[in-house]
Amino acid sequence: MAEYNMHILVCGGTGCKASQSELIKTNFINRLNEYGLDDEIQVVMTGCFGFCEKGPIVKILPDNTFYTHVSPEDAYEIVDEHVIKGRKVERLLYKDPETNEPVGDSKGMDFYKKQIRIALRNCGFINPENIEEYIGRDGYAALGACLSEKTPDEVIKTIKDSGLRGRGGGGFPTGLKWELTRKSVSDQKYVVCNADEGDPGAFMDRSILEGDPHSVLEAMAICGYCIGADKGLVYIRAEYPLAIERLKTAINQAQEYGLLGTDILGTGFNFDVEIRYGAGAFVCGEETALIHSMEGLRGEPTVKPPFPAEKGYNGKPTNVNNVETFANIPPIINKGAAWFASIGTEKSKGTKVFALAGNINNVGLIEVPMGITLWEIIYDIGGGIKDGREFKAVQTGGPSGGCLTKSFLDTPIDYDNLIAAGSMMGSGGMIVLDDSNCMVAIAKFYLEFTLDESCGKCTPCRIGNKRLFEILEKITNGEGTPEDLSRLRMLSNVIKDTSLCGLGQTSPNPVLSTLDNFYDEYLAHVTSASCPAGQCKSLVHYTIDAEQCTGCTLCFRNCPVGAISGEKRSLHYIDQSLCIKCGVCFEKCKFDAVLIA
Amino acid sequence: MNKIKSLADLKKLQAEVQSKIKLREKGDHPENLVQIKVSMATCGIASGAKETMNYLIEELEHQGIDALVTQTGCMGYCYAEPTIELTIPGQDPVVYGFVNKAKAQEIIDKHIKLNEMLDGIIPITYITIDNR
Amino acid sequence: MEMINLTIDNKPLVVEQGTTVLKAASGIGIDIPTLCYMKLEDMNIENKPGGCRVCVVEIKGRRNLAPACCTEVSEGMEVNTHSIRAINARRTVVELILSDHPADCLICAKSGNCDLQDMAHHLGVRQIHYQGEKSMYREDTSPAIIREINKCIMCRRCETMCNDVQTVGVLSAINRGFQAVVAPAFEMNLDHSVCTYCGQCVAVCPTGALTEVDETGAVIRALSDPSKTVIVQTAPAVRAALGEEFGMEAGTLVTGKMVAALRSLGFNYVFDTDFAADLTIMEEGTELLNRLSAFMAGDKTVKLPILTSCCPAWVKFFEHHFPELKDIPSTARSPQQMFGSIAKTYFADKIKVKRENLVVVSIMPCVAKKYESSRPEFSVNGNPDVDFALTTRELARLINLGNIDFKSLPDEEFDQPLGESTGAAVIFGTTGGVIEAAVRTAYEVFTGLPLPRVDFEELRGMEGLRKATIDFNGTPIHIGIAHGLGNARKLLEDIQAGNSEFHAIEIMSCPGGCIGGGGQPYHHGDAEILKKRQRAIYSEDTSKTIRKSHENPYISKLYEEFLCAPMSEKAHHLLHTKYFDRS
Repeated sequence: MAEYNMHILVCGGTGCKASQSELIKTNFINRLNEYGLDDEIQVVMTGCFGFCEKGPIVKILPDNTFYTHVSPEDAYEIVDEHVIKGRKVERLLYKDPETNEPVGDSKGMDFYKKQIRIALRNCGFINPENIEEYIGRDGYAALGACLSEKTPDEVIKTIKDSGLRGRGGGGFPTGLKWELTRKSVSDQKYVVCNADEGDPGAFMDRSILEGDPHSVLEAMAICGYCIGADKGLVYIRAEYPLAIERLKTAINQAQEYGLLGTDILGTGFNFDVEIRYGAGAFVCGEETALIHSMEGLRGEPTVKPPFPAEKGYNGKPTNVNNVETFANIPPIINKGAAWFASIGTEKSKGTKVFALAGNINNVGLIEVPMGITLWEIIYDIGGGIKDGREFKAVQTGGPSGGCLTKSFLDTPIDYDNLIAAGSMMGSGGMIVLDDSNCMVAIAKFYLEFTLDESCGKCTPCRIGNKRLFEILEKITNGEGTPEDLSRLRMLSNVIKDTSLCGLGQTSPNPVLSTLDNFYDEYLAHVTSASCPAGQCKSLVHYTIDAEQCTGCTLCFRNCPVGAISGEKRSLHYIDQSLCIKCGVCFEKCKFDAVLIA
Repeated sequence: MNKIKSLADLKKLQAEVQSKIKLREKGDHPENLVQIKVSMATCGIASGAKETMNYLIEELEHQGIDALVTQTGCMGYCYAEPTIELTIPGQDPVVYGFVNKAKAQEIIDKHIKLNEMLDGIIPITYITIDNR
Repeated sequence: MEMINLTIDNKPLVVEQGTTVLKAASGIGIDIPTLCYMKLEDMNIENKPGGCRVCVVEIKGRRNLAPACCTEVSEGMEVNTHSIRAINARRTVVELILSDHPADCLICAKSGNCDLQDMAHHLGVRQIHYQGEKSMYREDTSPAIIREINKCIMCRRCETMCNDVQTVGVLSAINRGFQAVVAPAFEMNLDHSVCTYCGQCVAVCPTGALTEVDETGAVIRALSDPSKTVIVQTAPAVRAALGEEFGMEAGTLVTGKMVAALRSLGFNYVFDTDFAADLTIMEEGTELLNRLSAFMAGDKTVKLPILTSCCPAWVKFFEHHFPELKDIPSTARSPQQMFGSIAKTYFADKIKVKRENLVVVSIMPCVAKKYESSRPEFSVNGNPDVDFALTTRELARLINLGNIDFKSLPDEEFDQPLGESTGAAVIFGTTGGVIEAAVRTAYEVFTGLPLPRVDFEELRGMEGLRKATIDFNGTPIHIGIAHGLGNARKLLEDIQAGNSEFHAIEIMSCPGGCIGGGGQPYHHGDAEILKKRQRAIYSEDTSKTIRKSHENPYISKLYEEFLCAPMSEKAHHLLHTKYFDRS
């Protein structure tokens, strides 16, 4: 086997692939061939590095060089300079957002410093399409150990002791779930992997499947061994083509190597995995809806009990876990429950992957220990708020979650603290908002999402959320009344109280949470018909400050609808009847002469 | 590919394939390894830096020493090429000049294995991008 | 069975494990309101989506409210069905439904019979606090059923009937969120779908979203047209249910009052579909015996079992789903169509009225009969054998329009010659009745002996699938009975697989047979009503002096004067039909 003395890792996540990372890889290989270095230097396409904001990412090992925003042509320069001459291409290095100095060693990047990568351990490190690289990283060792050296009860005990809780949102103890399914008596049971990631902005499950599919397959087999199932199903949305492709490759390879199929590792244990495609309905993340969808029925939830652990897919006991949950299983088996339980807080163990987005400098996927504070995430890992604006809130838990304000910046993040703070963990979406975000509009945004994604089965979610949305729309249009605010709260409470499934029961959370934390902002909308953040178009109008305007004509030239008039070097004027409130004049003006009122 | 028939087979395969990604693992945790950076600019290459680097990799491997050999740019001591920078865990890096195969062998035998400094150490007068 | 202790509204009670809060409460006289929930007791039909959320109750220690219809009791549970939280939620939920519902109660076809209207009244909803956009869908009209799905409240009862009970699979929830509604796939029209028009969706719809096509106006116009002779036939199941529309106890037989009312409405002749039912037995019974005899003589071309063909929804069902079996059902037309055919030939000649001037109206417990009468093979030169098929409910509307005080009407008799019938004919109205009537005649014809007993209890009941073996004087005849198309499907699949043990099978689309038809007065989920109607049908049979179809003197006369013999060429032409592959 050829020994390489340098590895060039090219990110093959969906984001980087969309920016031609495939071509980058080809260019690397071609250039290395020209130099005759192809047997000394290996080019590997890996899963996502998480730092998607800076993609396409190229990492060079062993010297840990982290190149960002790499173009296909840059590949030539990297080979010529870095590989051949040993000079790092400074232009492409990650730059510290504070000092603007290039960082040569990715170990020194704040983005990675505070991360602990367990679920993402192999993402951006191995070639997900090569099972041997996975095996080289202890892959399938956990499965082997379970099958050969442990009883199912012992494995379940390890999972229970580790304190692992479901990463899909609910936070139900994973070991307990396995135990319940194990106890159900049936001739057939199923292991289902929920890869129906639906929170807006969340993509950790996709990244894991793209970057490390075998870890999920291995965990599913371990789960099958524990609960007594020989069949696994991955329910994945059809709009994740790359993840599906990599998963298929992984399943084929695992079967070829005898790590899936019959008599695995000579232990007599049989387990195989099939893929089921979803059409991307958010509600199908709810496990009963997911199971119906897999059965070919309309994806809508049914009342629990019975729980899937008793009656799931095809009426048989079924254990449903989310991708990230599964990805944590092999390390727990390999390193022990105590190791895992040593990370995190009292009731939330291990790490959590968050999709960091919104008005923050470092957008991307991060894996952090439970108990980390919001401050650390936003300022240390996330590099602070974009454009130096002021932090206002962070939305966690997606459409089921809520907003956390400044006062929660120092709260350790775990399942229970987030709920106590009026939000939830959810699948790990984390959207950072600054003072330019209107909280009423944010609540409306999430509700609109829920409205689209509700299955429509139960009245409160189908009609109640629509009415809730309409009230919010009225408020953002400046037509709201103070009574609407109490009506919002009353209706929200009834929807929470009466909805059939988790989607409806949590759908008013963004409304309630913003009402609780930003009541004044709501009040401004309904009492003085103004939007303090200047985001609600119906409530703002743009004017030109006579003192500041220099008559530079920049706004006049950029206005898309010709609403601005004025001669050179004289005061300009905005015709309110023509203005569409696009905000271009405000952005373009160099003299702060455009005012939002 | 033959199917893996037992846990022992799996472990055997793991040992075999680990070398494929060993370099990446090393890069991920370099702090406990002997690190050697070989200056590989034009001058270095012309003076035989490539041969030196290959020799270092092979010999360290041969002797079973876990080390990380990487290339780096011009260190500025063109008169003394090939030059290498050697870092023993927990110690400050030192730079050796005129490292041919024989010198490389000596460095491995004396400095790396016995921690004895040798002649030919050049005082460091540069900063690299990595420790800026 | 483990017993569970709990309290509901502070009343302690002990119920079996697995009981729902709803059922437990009703056992102690606490009537938790429900809207989507429906259970036809003992008929294996239950709609329990837990979707409307009207039945929510407060359970101590539970985070949110619980739907009583699908929450099982647990030990020590403390339920409060009328806490302010529960009442507020319940009313809000109903207000929300109303906020997305057309406010046309005054002119809605379902007014007075609407479960949603009743619920709003029950809860004292006087104001709808949440207003906004309403769902807008187009109306869909088919030959039998109108879908006005703006009025759909997603109770899913129709879906349960269409999918679980009938296995027809036309209606299911489509779209998501606020746009979610129950409709055929891709919102196609009902008449482009495989809908059988069984009308069970209409029978259970709580609102005016699904109703029958109303033809009362056309009938009134015909009645007031002096150039027309308008005659009417009434199906057996109608007399056992019509009284309910006028506040009478379910199961009250109103045959005489019905005849009086029809005469009062101006029908020139009031006849009975039962007459045609007797005629059906003559044709179908003869066909059965012919096939049976040939089969027993070793003729391999003969197909058994023979299936009844009275039910138009059933006919359309096998045309869509089992077209390869289309030569197995009897070729005999349904009683409605036999009546129309005879009326517009034999009877029209008798009273010397031209076919075009004779209007045949039928009163049916069924909405599929509207579709059946519109099938082109049942018309001559564009003139249908049956002009209008009204449901029992439409007849009640006609009677109201006629200012008739139904309850105080005196009993009157059917006209002749098409009004005479036997007890065998009236039991056509219930599951098992057609085959019992056929057995009564076939036995005597086959064996040449008089029946030792007329009542075949072994063929009766409410079980969805039944079977019995009747001893034809030494020859065992195996009989199968199915009601509900889902049950029929099971028998058909057995036939397809070559596993059917039966010689003859009766199939009725509607649960209970015609007494539970889609055109009957609404049962609002009370299966007891169906059972009472069934008892009424059998009591009418018992009260008849002639109880075997072949003994009906007017039938004998019809063959003598007009048709010659059962299965004669003329009978073939007028009383038999063929089936089409609609797959």
